[in-house]
Amino acid sequence: MTDEKLPPMMATDDPVDDEDDDIFSSTIDDLSSLRNEELFASLAAVPPPLTNISLNEGSSTLLESDVPLNNDHKEVQQMTSKNVISNGFEAEINLKENDTPSASEEINQVEEIPNVSTNDMNFENIENGFIKISISETTKVGEGMSSYVAYRIVTRTNMTMFKTNNMAVLRRFSDFLGLHNKLTEKYLRNGRLIPPAPQKNMLGSTRIKISGNQSDQATSAEFIEKRRLALERFLKRIALHPILRNDKSFCDFLEQDCELPKATSTSALSGAGVMRLFNKVGETVNKITYKMDENEPWFEEKEVQIENLDLQLRNLHGAVETLVINRKELAHSSGSFAKSAAVLSNCEEHTGLSRALSQLADVFEKVESVRTEQANTDFSIFCELLKDYIGLIGAVKNVFHERVKVYQNMQHAQMILTKKREQKTKLELTGRLDKVGFVTNEVSEWEAKLSRCQDEFDQISKTIKVEFEQFEINRIKEFKTVISSYLEEMINHQTLIIKHWQAFIPEAKAIA
Amino acid sequence: MLSDEFDVEENNSQSDILNEGSNSENVDLSDNSLQVVISDALSEKDRVKFTVLSKTTLPDFQRSEFSVVRQHEEFIWLHDQFEENEDYAGFIIPPAPPRPDFDSSREKLQKLGEGEGTMTKEEFLKMKKELEAEYLATFKKTVAMHEMFLSRLAQHPVFRYDTNFRVFLEYDQDLAVRTKNKKELFEEIMKSLSKTTDEYLLSATVRDVNDFFEQEKNFLIDYYGHLKDATMKSDKMVNKHKDVADCYIKISSCLVQLSTFDHRELDWFLNRFSETLEKLRKVEGRVASDEDLKLSDTLRYYVGDSFAAKRLLYRRLRCLANYETANRNLEKARAKNKDVHAAEATQQISCEKFEVMSDKGKEELIDFKARRVSTFNKNLLELAEWEIKHAQHQIDILKTSLEMINSEEKKSTLNVELARRYHGNNCFNLFMSMNLNNLFVSFN
Repeated sequence: MTDEKLPPMMATDDPVDDEDDDIFSSTIDDLSSLRNEELFASLAAVPPPLTNISLNEGSSTLLESDVPLNNDHKEVQQMTSKNVISNGFEAEINLKENDTPSASEEINQVEEIPNVSTNDMNFENIENGFIKISISETTKVGEGMSSYVAYRIVTRTNMTMFKTNNMAVLRRFSDFLGLHNKLTEKYLRNGRLIPPAPQKNMLGSTRIKISGNQSDQATSAEFIEKRRLALERFLKRIALHPILRNDKSFCDFLEQDCELPKATSTSALSGAGVMRLFNKVGETVNKITYKMDENEPWFEEKEVQIENLDLQLRNLHGAVETLVINRKELAHSSGSFAKSAAVLSNCEEHTGLSRALSQLADVFEKVESVRTEQANTDFSIFCELLKDYIGLIGAVKNVFHERVKVYQNMQHAQMILTKKREQKTKLELTGRLDKVGFVTNEVSEWEAKLSRCQDEFDQISKTIKVEFEQFEINRIKEFKTVISSYLEEMINHQTLIIKHWQAFIPEAKAIA
Repeated sequence: MLSDEFDVEENNSQSDILNEGSNSENVDLSDNSLQVVISDALSEKDRVKFTVLSKTTLPDFQRSEFSVVRQHEEFIWLHDQFEENEDYAGFIIPPAPPRPDFDSSREKLQKLGEGEGTMTKEEFLKMKKELEAEYLATFKKTVAMHEMFLSRLAQHPVFRYDTNFRVFLEYDQDLAVRTKNKKELFEEIMKSLSKTTDEYLLSATVRDVNDFFEQEKNFLIDYYGHLKDATMKSDKMVNKHKDVADCYIKISSCLVQLSTFDHRELDWFLNRFSETLEKLRKVEGRVASDEDLKLSDTLRYYVGDSFAAKRLLYRRLRCLANYETANRNLEKARAKNKDVHAAEATQQISCEKFEVMSDKGKEELIDFKARRVSTFNKNLLELAEWEIKHAQHQIDILKTSLEMINSEEKKSTLNVELARRYHGNNCFNLFMSMNLNNLFVSFN
């Protein structure tokens, strides 16, 4: 919106503007664009990708983002942009640039552009590709209780592991959950932070299935839209992760243009669902009852921090939810006042006043839509951010708990080893040498097990630290960009309000 | 002594009605011969004591300036005196001021006290402050409504010479009006009930000869209903708006709490955000109270005023009915040739009364319309101006904080960058140009 007001030259290097339409812009490293450009310039085989706009039509541009890929773990200090070509792609990337206007066309002549990437970029690595995911549309498949909603996922990438640069697949909600399950099985034990999938909502999805009348359809459309955004964020968070995005199941998820094997275990009513419930209960009991004596202050500190963060975020989330509800009601009551004013204007006998009243009704109708919009902004920007982070913090907790489980295993191994050793000494003392050999074997076996456990524990602790640091960096960045864009949106709303009221002033003056 | 004087003045005012009545439109609204203001008000438990200050150049008053202390009940008494006075049947009696109602504020305060444990101290204080401000606003509004009532009386060409009004303004003792006891209240309800039924009956049976009044009647009935509806809706809207503003308190305090657990740059950022919301809350609150003042209150006042106008029409219709009965009686009397003279006299009187009333009523209704249009004009204009002002203020706040956030961002980025990878002038120059560009953008 603000873009329009700015001269085109400025538009490309305005960091404020980007935040407006791209809250994930944080994830773009300037390096990525530069590297991409270089890549495109040198590799003629790769056709210039489509521009962003074509993908975004009809869907929210809010979460559209480029996700840089950081496979390469080298740190590159400088790079050249001699070969920068001005094509649509480049311009688009520049628009998305957050921190560096350096790559814009105006400075093509500059021989050397120093790397000005900020420290809070992913892993400080350069990248050799990008991946861009959006859910462009949703369709309802089937009828009645067996129907479901399919989400069309459009991906653009130049990563070599994908067969093509542009992919589009249809996926249903349970596929997302299945993806999450697969990733969890694979990576949780290693201490990776897996972005949580959106919550199941039996009521909401059932309502879609049986929705018949108009009002039902409106609410279910809203429900689907919310879910669409949530799923999009989910995929983007995975794509942001340097390990998870290279996973086979994630690639298949984006790439395979056929139905995935149905993820049965995600259904709440299936046997697996019940088992999962039992497991969950068991884990919760375990979490509550088992207290490991922490030997690393880092974890102790972070655990407390996470707990507090969780609590505070929940409070905040509650407060924002109340705001959303109140704002919606305010919009609604503005609307009903507008109707009353319109009726009143019909019956007013003074022509001037009547006209002014009907204008007033008009203004309030517009104000209603602004306020509804505001409520939507409150929800989709602010509230959903908090909700996502409550989920992410849950994931952090899970990872911490995973570490505790590994620790438990280690303790267990330690205990058994001690027992075996005691047994061994006892046998040696009593002189029953025939059995000593067997026990010695067992001891060495358990020693190996223990050292494996220890390795595992060290590994998970290390991974968690790295993951957590990244999580924090992303969190800070995301909070900043999202809140900035929230403020921007508020400015837009107020600007609209001013516009509406200003139109009313001549009418008010014309009464007498 | 005192009563004598009043008698004399009563006569005066009677004649004044006749004199002034014909040229009431010539009376300028800015006529300053009698000015009434409420200079002070004091709340004691349930009662509110208003200090009524009057300034006059009218010769009928003993002094040119005086002040008395009056309570709400006395205002109601005054209003009732006007309502019941036959002489004023042809006038729109200014609506009585509403009872000072602090119940909702008190209730909220109580609720707040109960919920004290669930919120932080800061939040509690803010909420309390908010409530106090609300209480004050209600109080001020009550005073304003009472003053409005008196000044309308004082500006009215006829009412200002009313004896009771003069007593009300001048007599510096307690008027000793008590609130109505139960029996009287019951009677009143019965009376208003019978009046309402009478009204319906009359409107169904009596054909109005005068198109103007017929039209006005239909208009006012509709208008009153729609106004009432609109008032209700706008009240609801304003209340919701207040709730929205209150939500900001909770959010900003949550943000502050969050920031205490957070670290790095984010706590600074969250604090800024919370401050911004706090500022926005105040503006939102102002928007709500201005909407209340300019929109709801205007509507509310005209609910009362159009009700008063409706009553005028009812009284006139009643009068018309009486007139028609007198006509019928006269005819009967003529037919029977009995008491013709008396019947004629009654008919004559009712006829005159009706004529005078119709004239007066017409003037009053036209006046009512003019007054309404000008008030709406003024208030709606002010409403629009305030809305714009507040929205602009919000934009300013938001822009300032965004700029602050962005510049801080740049600063920290710059520092980190310089510390981490300082390559010499190239890098620095780039940063400078970046910052300059940003400056440009923010100016735009």
